[in-house]
Amino acid sequence: MEAELLARLTADLAWIRPELLLAGFALLGTLVGAWMGDRASGLLSGLCAIALVVAAYFAWQVRPAEPHTVFNGALSIDGFSAYAKTVIALAAAATLLLGADHFARRNERRFEFPVLIALSAVGMFVMVSANDLITLYVGLELQSLAAYVLAAFRRDDARSSEAGLKYFVLGALASGLLLYGSSLIYGFAGSVRFDEIATAAGQGGVGLIFGLVFLVCGLAFKMSAAPFHMWTPDVYEGAPTPVTAFFAAAPKLAAVALLARVLYGPFAGLEAQWQQVIIALSGISLLVGAFIALAQTNIKRLMAYSSIHNMGFALMALAAGTEKGMSAALIYMTIYLPTTIGAFAGILAMRRDGKDVETIDDLAGLASRKPWLAMLLTVLFFSVAGIPPLAGFFGKLVTFQAAVDGGLWPLAVVAALATVISAAYYLNIIKVMWVNAPAPAFQSSGPTIAVTAGLATLLVFPVLVVGFGWIEQAALFAASSSFP
Amino acid sequence: MSGWPILSLMTFLPAAGALLILAARWSSSGQHAGHDTGVKWIAFIVTLATLALNLVALSQFDAHQPGFQLVERVPWGAGLEYHMGVDQMSMALLLLTNFLMPLCILASWSIEKQVSAYMMLFLALQTLMQGVFAAMDIVLFYVFFEGGLIPMFILIGVWGGKNRVYAAFKFFLYTLIGSVLMLVALILMAIMAKTTSIPEITAFAQQGGFSKNLQIWLWLAFFSSFAVKMPMWPVHTWLPDAHVEAPTAGSVILAGVLLKMGGYGFLRFSLPMFPDASAYFTPLVFVMSVIAIIYASLVAFRQTDIKKLIAYSSVAHMGFVTMGIFAGTEQGVQGAIFQMLSHGVIASALFLVVGVIYDRMHTREIAAYGGLVHRMPVYAAIFLLFTMGNVGLPGTSGFIGEILTMTGTFPVNAWVTAGAATGVILSAVYALTLYRKVAFGKLENPALASIADLNAREWVIFVPLVVATLVLGFAPMIALDFTKASTQAILAGYDVFAAR
Repeated sequence: MEAELLARLTADLAWIRPELLLAGFALLGTLVGAWMGDRASGLLSGLCAIALVVAAYFAWQVRPAEPHTVFNGALSIDGFSAYAKTVIALAAAATLLLGADHFARRNERRFEFPVLIALSAVGMFVMVSANDLITLYVGLELQSLAAYVLAAFRRDDARSSEAGLKYFVLGALASGLLLYGSSLIYGFAGSVRFDEIATAAGQGGVGLIFGLVFLVCGLAFKMSAAPFHMWTPDVYEGAPTPVTAFFAAAPKLAAVALLARVLYGPFAGLEAQWQQVIIALSGISLLVGAFIALAQTNIKRLMAYSSIHNMGFALMALAAGTEKGMSAALIYMTIYLPTTIGAFAGILAMRRDGKDVETIDDLAGLASRKPWLAMLLTVLFFSVAGIPPLAGFFGKLVTFQAAVDGGLWPLAVVAALATVISAAYYLNIIKVMWVNAPAPAFQSSGPTIAVTAGLATLLVFPVLVVGFGWIEQAALFAASSSFP
Repeated sequence: MSGWPILSLMTFLPAAGALLILAARWSSSGQHAGHDTGVKWIAFIVTLATLALNLVALSQFDAHQPGFQLVERVPWGAGLEYHMGVDQMSMALLLLTNFLMPLCILASWSIEKQVSAYMMLFLALQTLMQGVFAAMDIVLFYVFFEGGLIPMFILIGVWGGKNRVYAAFKFFLYTLIGSVLMLVALILMAIMAKTTSIPEITAFAQQGGFSKNLQIWLWLAFFSSFAVKMPMWPVHTWLPDAHVEAPTAGSVILAGVLLKMGGYGFLRFSLPMFPDASAYFTPLVFVMSVIAIIYASLVAFRQTDIKKLIAYSSVAHMGFVTMGIFAGTEQGVQGAIFQMLSHGVIASALFLVVGVIYDRMHTREIAAYGGLVHRMPVYAAIFLLFTMGNVGLPGTSGFIGEILTMTGTFPVNAWVTAGAATGVILSAVYALTLYRKVAFGKLENPALASIADLNAREWVIFVPLVVATLVLGFAPMIALDFTKASTQAILAGYDVFAAR
């Protein structure tokens, strides 16, 4: 009996290699850090990046054609989670490198940075694999707690502390909503397991719908969809820039994936109900993100509203309620991540007289001072704006396809018009870089920042366009291999 | 060279040239003095080579066979296809594009600011423009159609005149808002027809795939894009701003090629794919066309800026194109295609004519000139020829386009034709007034006393344009016979359904 249990445990552990690797790294890293202090930060950053890449490889390797559940159905390992984990780990590794360079330049290296990123990544891994409400909550909180600390990482800076505190208080509120929704769902479905909730949801019921709405509100907060977006600009602005880059990338994909998992898994039977909620969230995010960004002068705040706008697109794809919609959301996020990381690499390069500057006007005349950087940023911003032939366009294309295919063409028209409005502020940045009278030159940036910006541009420009079919295949497999 | 993917080669050759310039920039950092001249030569040779490839493609092309030729079809993933091919209409517009590009590069020889970036953008733009005319897949079409905004935005915004930022934003956002609506419509059509190939969707539509009600919505979405690109009244206001502020070569490309995308779109999509809606909306288009012709001509008359005047005259001439297209007769459509080609040559030439004196005097105010004929006789003669072409004097290509669109429209709606005919008179009023003020009279502005006549480079620019204007004017059948097969194919589908 015991031997059988042990055998099952070891078999299960083999399925969660990526999580084990990162969790092990986090524990070991804390130990090393406690012993060596901040001197260890360079070493740990490097190791953490390697661990993340290896975890991505592991996650990609365990891609069963059929969903496989481990630990009595607590976690589901399937094509969907494997895809999400791979992208999350790579995005986290990229932002980690950006951060290492940035903190080293400012003499602010702390060994906690890589450790917290690793813990957050474990949390995201658990989120995208969650197969019951408890796992969902545990994963989400692990990711969020690490994020709260990261936001307040520059602890002697008032803005950073404010960002951390604000994020924490509002995040706790969202967690409360989410837990309240979970308890309602548990009460009406009689189980926390997704498959049993799915059976209950098939029979409908007002209680479940109530629970679902609270759950979706909590998740919408995490992915900063309007009208639950209020924290985003302040946290983006206050947090150290590499941390903002991290927030803007991997956790967004994790939240979208988690939302997809919840909606398409246990609550597939209530599609008619949640579809309205998601349509509303999507439309409001699209418009809020587009209009309010027009008034921003700080580029980090602008990126915050831009990410709200982009979440609207991912939600639009999910709202379609089809397999195509799910894969479209994954593709959209996959293309969005390198673009946004590249843009933040550009923002990190904005450094003058030993200080970081972050208003849009500081970019003035970049094209004549640093033509290469300006060119990279121009390509990246045109890509976010969704102008072909850059990758961002293909992301928008698939979400439009999913929405129209799902009969949501009014939402698609709203999204199309919002795209035009958002194009105005991306164009403004490009205009400032190319046309305005040059501001004093930036100091030269570190090697990893330059390399990341360059790589992101390469991904956005020719590689993704040519490899688009490949991403589409992977995302379709992810969407189709996971849900009935 | 048969068996080669000749269309792709010629489409992507300029992009490769842009990469070459990028590599040269990387290796030399653009420091030494000869670098900029070298870059200009690279760009010029690349555009010439593209023109040569286009002629090779023409030699492999059968002018009398309807349908698409030189087809290349490769799956691209995600249900999309890389699908290129040309019919006679697209081939004619490709020739126009590649004919104008080397001239644009020559006209840009005086550019001194960030030459590498300028030439790269121009070459990238050439790739995208060719792609629009050669794409046989709607998504591919959209990629090229929309992608052209990026280089145009930067070209106007960086190398333009005083008010360039406003003009660049207006151009970009105006065009984008039309296009995104078209994108949604494109996607809906692709989903319904289960293909993204243009000929297959056309076939699907002509079997009644889209109900009339749906056609009306789709038609409006496409119209929102093409009407802005065209540009038709009342969404033409971006054009004068963009033209005035763009560098000379940018204006040439705008007038010569980008405006033709609207007409091309109407002929490729609106007419064959939504025949019922096209017939339904014909009165609307007619009214808008006539207003464009008369109103834009009157506005042109009151301009004080030479480029703005030519820009408004473009709006008027494009009114003839839309009128001819929606007349739905063979003469009308043939005339519209011919008018597009002719306007591509004449309006481009006029912008180049303005560019010559702008290079010397750095002003476009009509009042700053006068009496140029005394100092620049050759220039004045060339200016006169293109002014006459703009007016539509018999013997120039402008006449053929206007008379054909009008005879094509007359059996459909005589009143509209009468309205358009007044535009011919009005165009003489503004164009001849402009010519009188700039070329004739006394040489009053002292700064003009030492202005020099055409130099060798400018001779090279103008001779091909003069030849093209006169050849198309005296022997229009060269172009008309060539485009006949595609016109008949487009109308074959339209007539059946419009009659229903």
